Amino acid sequence: MGSLFRSEEMTLCQLFLQSEAAYACVSELGELGLVQFRDLNPDVNAFQRKFVNEVRRCDEMERKLRYLEKEIRRDGIPMLEIPGECPEAPQPREMIDLEATFEKLENELREVNQNAEALKRNYLELTELKHILRKTQVFFDEMADPSREEEQVTLLGEEGLMAGGQALKLGFVAGVILRERIPAFERMLWRACRGNVFLRQAEIDTPLEDPSSSDQVYKSVFIIFFQGDQLKTRVKKICEGFRATLYPCPEAPADRREMAMGVMTRIEDLNTVLGQTQDHRHRVLVAAAKNIKNWFVKVRKIKAIYHTLNLFNLDVTQKCLIAECWVPALDMETIQLALRRGTERSGSSVPPILNRMETLEDPPTYNRTNKFTAAFQHLIYAYGVATYREVNPAPYTIITFPFLFAVMFGDLGHGALMAAFGFWMCYKEKPLQAKKIDSEIWTIFFGGRYIILLMGLFSMYTGLIYNDIFSKSLNIFGSSWRNNYNQSTLMSNKLLQLNPDSEDYIQTPYPFGIDPVWQLAEANKIIFMNAYKMKISIIIGVFHMLFGVCMSLWNHIYFKRRISIYVEFLPQILFLLLLFFYMVLLMFIKWTTYGSTPPYYGSDDINIVKTSAYCAPSILITFINMMLFKTDPPRPPCDDVMYAGQMGIQKFFVIFALLCVPVMLFGKPYFVMKEQKERARQGHQPVEGAAENGNAGGAAPPAPHHDEDITEVFIHQAIHTIEYVLGSVSHTASYLRLWALSLAHAQLAEVAWNMLLRKGLMSTDFQGGIFLYVVFAGWAAISVSILVLMEGLSAFLHTLRLHWVEFQSKFYAGEGYLFQPFSFEVILDSAGTTEE
Amino acid sequence: MAFKLCGPKLSLCGLVLSVWGIIQLTLMGVFYYIRAVALLEDLPLESESGHHNMESFIATVEAGYTQNAYNCWIAALLYVITLVVSAHQFWMNNRSSVSM
Repeated sequence: MGSLFRSEEMTLCQLFLQSEAAYACVSELGELGLVQFRDLNPDVNAFQRKFVNEVRRCDEMERKLRYLEKEIRRDGIPMLEIPGECPEAPQPREMIDLEATFEKLENELREVNQNAEALKRNYLELTELKHILRKTQVFFDEMADPSREEEQVTLLGEEGLMAGGQALKLGFVAGVILRERIPAFERMLWRACRGNVFLRQAEIDTPLEDPSSSDQVYKSVFIIFFQGDQLKTRVKKICEGFRATLYPCPEAPADRREMAMGVMTRIEDLNTVLGQTQDHRHRVLVAAAKNIKNWFVKVRKIKAIYHTLNLFNLDVTQKCLIAECWVPALDMETIQLALRRGTERSGSSVPPILNRMETLEDPPTYNRTNKFTAAFQHLIYAYGVATYREVNPAPYTIITFPFLFAVMFGDLGHGALMAAFGFWMCYKEKPLQAKKIDSEIWTIFFGGRYIILLMGLFSMYTGLIYNDIFSKSLNIFGSSWRNNYNQSTLMSNKLLQLNPDSEDYIQTPYPFGIDPVWQLAEANKIIFMNAYKMKISIIIGVFHMLFGVCMSLWNHIYFKRRISIYVEFLPQILFLLLLFFYMVLLMFIKWTTYGSTPPYYGSDDINIVKTSAYCAPSILITFINMMLFKTDPPRPPCDDVMYAGQMGIQKFFVIFALLCVPVMLFGKPYFVMKEQKERARQGHQPVEGAAENGNAGGAAPPAPHHDEDITEVFIHQAIHTIEYVLGSVSHTASYLRLWALSLAHAQLAEVAWNMLLRKGLMSTDFQGGIFLYVVFAGWAAISVSILVLMEGLSAFLHTLRLHWVEFQSKFYAGEGYLFQPFSFEVILDSAGTTEE
Repeated sequence: MAFKLCGPKLSLCGLVLSVWGIIQLTLMGVFYYIRAVALLEDLPLESESGHHNMESFIATVEAGYTQNAYNCWIAALLYVITLVVSAHQFWMNNRSSVSM
């Protein structure tokens, strides 16, 4: 059987690799991506493994690369994508080269950065000093008032001089402080020095760069005058506490001027040096940016290989490594080939040995997918990974999923929009894939591009069937309804009906889909559409569920559960057929039996009335009556039944269906019990064909059959039966969501048209065109955001539920675990996304 | 040569919207022109009681159909202009991003 219908057959293999060849072989297998290695030393912790050193070295290299990458990002240098092919995993000896390169690069970069930082700090200091000199000059200039020659006099005035009784020398400190600290600084100075200091400050207009964090900070220059050493120490302490930087400032104006000159020249020099450092750093980074992606790939590959080698067992002789791996049975040849390539590359003479092993373990589930089926397979996996070799619902989902979606989303216009979007994504697949847009929503849309395209196309089809395009109808083939009212009737009535049982209906239906005349039937359009869509939903639902139950037959046959066919599949399908499929049949009988009889319109003839719409019974009431063994009071001219013998057949069906329930309930436990007794009598020979959990295809030896606890079997079966019986009722009803969502969508589309676009069509002038232009944009926005996106999402979720619950519950266990092969592609992908 | 008015997203939005508008409004104009019954509800008819005879009613409806057909085509034309403008903007945006 093809791999699409169930998961691949897997074999557990033992792999003997020569120590020298192991690296090259594993590298080849990683390129191939078809082998899942098992951890053979799970009780050994990560630090005691054989290749822990190499893994650590790779970690270190990766860290260095990340550092480089960060620096490259900071400078905004574009990193070159790897041209063409991904580089192969390098030879182990190449690792030393790589290490040396990275070491050199890192050191160089660190040194450059350190130098740059020191230079920047220097630069900052000089700039601050420059500002101090400039600003303090202003202070001193103010004080150098021509009327007072000496600073001492100017500051304290006559009284100060008198009070001290001697000439006082005033000291001062100048410095720079963060601007937001100024108020607190000022208050602190005032309080600590009891108002005996004098603070002047001026803001530096241009922001300065903080070398350690490279932030732009605003600072202020201050100068504090004080008297005496005690105050000096106190002031200095406060400055220290506020992280103000103090700079020496000469007292004499001439010295200050000289110093300012010196500072300016030094700043100039520093600028050139800084520029050169920056250039050097840029050169280093540009050179690194060319290769960094390549290096990342190489290092990650090496790391992955050593990580895998760590999972292996060492042979006693230390000459070879032993690995255990799950391998798809069909790919044995390719793997052998890859192993041989690996051996040749490593120059070893001893070929690796790939040995099949027998096992009782459940193999992993591996479904081969391509870009088209992958999205559908993921929808299934999102519910649960299939049990090994179980029927895979994905191939059927490819059609049923878009179809059920379209039943809810049926609108030619909205479907076309969705299909256009999907088509664009499929058409531009390669360029879009290469772009690697990192938005989550986009990734979801792009991953499901084929689903979106199919959903759009199917919606266009159902839109044609419903004859809905943005809530309007297309009259392609010409309506089958005629207006036969005369002029006076038309003039005097607001609402008129067309009777199908008259000449109004030409008695040949509209060739494709719903007749467009219904769009104008304001009074009973919804009633008519509801009856139609509800029936369609139930019909689709019952067929969908029947299909699901049939799938379980395939499972039973494949897993050789013969008893399950008789006591599970048969009663299940009978139950569904006799009750719900019968209801579907009744619908078809109703559709075909009742209606007008062409030439005899409105006739009173009993035979004609009996098949007229008047006598058409309600299917739901009929079904409820059937379940309750009840009959409705007869309506005189009509028959009680839809066909001869209906009552008897219905009773038989219900009783037979109900009899299926105890079979489902007790059949399997009974057989299990019987089999256990038999086994007990015969000793421990396994009974052929009755192995309940028999292994796939009988390839493996029969499992050691644990006698299941019989009460557990009973409980399990009871739950299953109740779930199935109640499920078939509730699931059938659940398919009515197809109708409900489709009704909601149609109504919402109509509201959008009537409330918005119609407003633009209601003017009798030519400026209506401009108005229409504006209104159309609004209507388009509403259509896309609410009708396509939101309604689309809700229809999608309901479809998903219908598949997961209503369809898959009939046959799908989903208890497997996923095949996760050792593959460079996957490793590199996941490493790329986590890091970004 | 010309200046940039809108960013890449807005110009793309305008592009898509105008393509849609041109297609739909042209088609709607055609449908109005051939007097599609489905669009009867979307006609500028004053009030239902205003018509005393069939002829005047039919005349209003006919006039409404023609008027709406023209209005649709006018709007479609405006979308052609929008298309040209947004295409130009889109091209400008693309070119500038490439040159950078």
